[in-house]
Amino acid sequence: MSSYEARFKVWRGDVEGGGLQDFTVEVHDGEVVLDIIHRLQATQTPDLAVRWNCKAGKCGSCSAEINGRPRLMCMTRMSVFTREETITVTPLRTFPVIRDLVTDVGFNYQKAREVPAFVPPAGLGPGQYRMMQEDVDRSQEFRKCIECFLCQDTCHVVRDHEENKTAFAGPRFLMRVAELDMHPLDAAAESGLDRGRSAQDDHGLGYCNITKCCTEVCPEGIRITDNALIPMKERAVDRKYDPLVWLGSKIRRRTT
Amino acid sequence: MSVVDRQEWDVVVVGAGGAGLRAAIEARERGARTAVICKSLFGKAHTVMAEGGIAAAMANVNEHDNWQVHFRDTLRGGKFLNQWRMAELHAQEAPDRVWELETWGALFDRTKDGRISQRNFGGHEYPRLAHVGDRTGLELIRTLQQKIVALQQEDFKETGDHESRLKVFQECTVTRILKDGERSEMGVPPAEGWGKVSGVFAYDRESGRFFVLEAPAVVLATGGIGKSFKVTSNSWEYTGDGHALALLAGAPLLNMEFVQFHPTGMVWPPSVKGILVTESVRGDGGVLRNSEGRRFMFDYIPDVFKEKYAESEEEGDRWYEDPDHNRRPPELLPRDEVARAINAEVKAGRGSPHGGVFLDVSTRMPPEVVRRRLPSMYHQFKELADVDITAEAMEVGPTCHYVMGGIAVDSDTAAARGVPGLFAAGEVAGGMHGSNRLGGNSLSDLLVFGRRAGGHAAEYAQAHERPAVDDAQVDTAAAEALRPFSAEPERAREGGEAGPPENPYTLHQELQQTMNDLVGIIRREGEMEQALHKLGELRVRARRAGVEGHRQFNPGWHLALDLRNMLLVSECVARAALERTESRGGHTREDHPTMDRAWRNVNLLCALADPAGALAVTDPGRGQIRLTRENTEPIRPDLLALFEKEELVKYLAEEELYE
Amino acid sequence: MATGTEPQQNSGGVRTGTRAAIAAPHLRTDRWWLAPAVTAAGLFAFVVYSTWRAFSNAHYYAAPYVSPFYSPCLAQNCRTMHAGPNADLFGSWWGISPAIIILIFPLGFRLTCYYYRKAYYRSFWASPPACAVAEPHQKYTGETRFPLILQNVHRYFFYFALLVAGVLTYDTVLSFRDTHYRWGHMGLGTLVFLVNIVLIWAYTISCHSCRHIVGGKLKHFSKHPVRYKAWQFVGRLNTRHMQLAWASLLSVALADFYVYLVASGVFDDPRFF
Repeated sequence: MSSYEARFKVWRGDVEGGGLQDFTVEVHDGEVVLDIIHRLQATQTPDLAVRWNCKAGKCGSCSAEINGRPRLMCMTRMSVFTREETITVTPLRTFPVIRDLVTDVGFNYQKAREVPAFVPPAGLGPGQYRMMQEDVDRSQEFRKCIECFLCQDTCHVVRDHEENKTAFAGPRFLMRVAELDMHPLDAAAESGLDRGRSAQDDHGLGYCNITKCCTEVCPEGIRITDNALIPMKERAVDRKYDPLVWLGSKIRRRTT
Repeated sequence: MSVVDRQEWDVVVVGAGGAGLRAAIEARERGARTAVICKSLFGKAHTVMAEGGIAAAMANVNEHDNWQVHFRDTLRGGKFLNQWRMAELHAQEAPDRVWELETWGALFDRTKDGRISQRNFGGHEYPRLAHVGDRTGLELIRTLQQKIVALQQEDFKETGDHESRLKVFQECTVTRILKDGERSEMGVPPAEGWGKVSGVFAYDRESGRFFVLEAPAVVLATGGIGKSFKVTSNSWEYTGDGHALALLAGAPLLNMEFVQFHPTGMVWPPSVKGILVTESVRGDGGVLRNSEGRRFMFDYIPDVFKEKYAESEEEGDRWYEDPDHNRRPPELLPRDEVARAINAEVKAGRGSPHGGVFLDVSTRMPPEVVRRRLPSMYHQFKELADVDITAEAMEVGPTCHYVMGGIAVDSDTAAARGVPGLFAAGEVAGGMHGSNRLGGNSLSDLLVFGRRAGGHAAEYAQAHERPAVDDAQVDTAAAEALRPFSAEPERAREGGEAGPPENPYTLHQELQQTMNDLVGIIRREGEMEQALHKLGELRVRARRAGVEGHRQFNPGWHLALDLRNMLLVSECVARAALERTESRGGHTREDHPTMDRAWRNVNLLCALADPAGALAVTDPGRGQIRLTRENTEPIRPDLLALFEKEELVKYLAEEELYE
Repeated sequence: MATGTEPQQNSGGVRTGTRAAIAAPHLRTDRWWLAPAVTAAGLFAFVVYSTWRAFSNAHYYAAPYVSPFYSPCLAQNCRTMHAGPNADLFGSWWGISPAIIILIFPLGFRLTCYYYRKAYYRSFWASPPACAVAEPHQKYTGETRFPLILQNVHRYFFYFALLVAGVLTYDTVLSFRDTHYRWGHMGLGTLVFLVNIVLIWAYTISCHSCRHIVGGKLKHFSKHPVRYKAWQFVGRLNTRHMQLAWASLLSVALADFYVYLVASGVFDDPRFF
């Protein structure tokens, strides 16, 4: 098995400041970037802060930016880099840094709370739900989300404009709205909640300019833009910009 | 002098995996103000790694299924060592727990008529596992997480504060359970009527600050112990915290020798060695072959299972289409059998290039079916090993996966023995799975007993006064947690432990190697004695584990603190494994290779030998754990009647049969 | 420590506030600028070409071929095309090139198309120039207000695009005539028109709005099996929307250029039969 010495630049510091620190570290066959970060911890910098958990691309904890691209460290194989390349690892640059590679992702948990939960249908008890596979396929795709927040990190709406964080939920949570809106038994409409409208009015769907970076970085390969965001925009159009619907509602209002 | 932040709650749940979240939901719904503490971010718990499904006898796919059959399968899988009342409750309540998830928004894969689809799994007589592709654990954790958010939204509407009744303290670690009426040296047995849980001592990983949550009831739901082994499918969180917390609080652990090695973990590349390859690969038609291309599992069907499994490849293959008239292929034997068989093949020199065996779906299913049924396996092998499982076979080998042993609990209430106010659910609790767990039974276990633990904890909290938290205990706990930072000469003065500071990462690696090599899948008396000696040595060295830097998000410090737990739990495993002179389920002794009916009704209980901890820590020769034997309660006759007499003869001693 | 930490309110991007102190606007080492540069060059080339052709008001008809830029032709100053797509809706007051009247629709369709929006937001607006590359703008409101909120009219352009595609189909059928309007002819131009109309339809049908209208808006596919099939078909095409957008852009320019070459007498349309 072959091994070599790789050059790394890892951002170290906290909210007060910090910078890229150089390391030379051993790399073995078949390793991923997270292995190298662990080797740094074990041999050179025991207090290097990093979040990780499953190391199999299933929990979405080890999000970072590797050579400037948002990625999961556990799913970035060292073999995608040349041996001469210096590999730069920084924390996610959209969220406040805590220490080293760890950021405060509280923004996402805040946004999760702003999306109204699934509304169970009245009159159906546990065990009585009947749903067809083709009706759950769409929402199931969105439920593959591992909440690594790479899409939230790469989205320029908040990445480049801190002030938009209040109004904009980000791709992950707009997708959550889509998931619930497409859930075959969600009874939000019956309870007076129009999810399509609220995506635009409450969660900032209009900020999205569908430049697809969220889809590009998604480690689960979820087609966030094509399957969640654009369909939600179309649903918002149904409610608000369709002249036929608009005309219809005017006439109905007049006659009733 | 305690200046740590204190908050009052009714119920504190330690751990935010399936069991912890289910417990928290139940406690909150029963009116208790509930706090959840977890080491990772909310929603990242190890439960997300569960792939196959949730076992529940809903009979959606095969109408013959019912709770009795599920109960029977569970007992067979656990080799009749299960706490039978738990297995009964589990089998009865699992369907309700699954259906309830749907009302919270879960989306399982569907049958043609729109019900929850169920798949085959090792040891289950009928297709029984509710699933979502191969990411069922993620669906479970996300559903529970979103249910918690839904409850918080309700609370927000009423009180204006999301966290008024249910709060998640994420990225925090509990290091001690606090009890009333104890002397400040922790663990000293209290006077009569004292010793009730009064709260937990924890630190915030992000800031390093200490805090105390005062609560009359604490639910432990911390999961397993896999990180004490080198090759494991478990995440870093699995350091046996709950097991150790319970021990330190005076609650015994049950049958800790039973550690499940999942038969199929990845073996290459080295950095991912141990990562799980889901059992659904076999449930959906994958077969195991050795380097000679032989489906070797046909050679390893044990006598107790002879009538239940196919004798020829043809019969096994027919079973996928027509399960009513054929017997299942032996690839679907319980996990312990398959793991041992793989181990034996590799030892006999018939292994794959990287020391595993071949698991093949590429010759059994068209590529698009593989990609649809096993999407994350396809992804995992493609990304991590550069192997296309639709075109070539996977290399797999056993990996430490689950501990059947755990905190001894009351079957109905999930209350830990000996410590009023302490409850446990999920992997950290023992008994439910006996000597070996069936795939799919863990997710249902989390839900069934998570709910029970949460409910009974809430009830207990409402019925009891809030015990006072002793300042001295808080101070001791704080000092213990700060130990890795203190200067070396100072510690040398404390008495006889001068020596160079130790790197916690090195200690951890040595511990993992020891457990893997000496208390692994096949065990021998001499090796385990050696392991106990090594563990004693490591324990002394761990006292000198030093860390650099400060308290803010310092992983070296966190590991130094987790070492205490891993060492305690490892000793329990080694000591109990040495004591049990038979092979059963997740415990295989080379020197005692057969199952012994005399051990069928014997439980091994681990307790802290020297609660004050003064002697054991400094003397490598002295253990921390005291072992006692206990006979299990006889299985209730109506449950026993679910089995054929001929089958019972294989497991139960004569006198048990005639009672 | 607990969930829901309030994000700090301060404006600015990746280099400001509480974020990791890194001065560089991005740390990408790959050629991230290549894709937006190629996109910008391609779109720019098309804009230049189509502006010239649309305003030239000449060489757009060589029987039986009519340039897709000038079809349908709706003013009095159109050239007469025998049984062709002209109808004098606008009368004589329309003085400039009749292409302008009709080009609004395909232009609007493509301008509000979800793919083209991505393409020009990235390559012309640099919003963002590439993923995880800081954009140069101080403020960003996306499509929340005028004028970009008008992007929501895409669906109506889609309806018009269907009509235009219908007319172009008609033109393609007419291209099976010869220069004397007799049926049963096929030339190289017919082939060019055929390729073009297939790509135009594929691009139009693969539109996200179309995907929504045929089935995407439904909550229960199982209750509408036919629309579900249609949605799946459109969905499969939709994954190639970008490729179809470019291919049809190229083919429509080529079809026009072919008519230009024949009409201006550069060469005669080679005949197959």
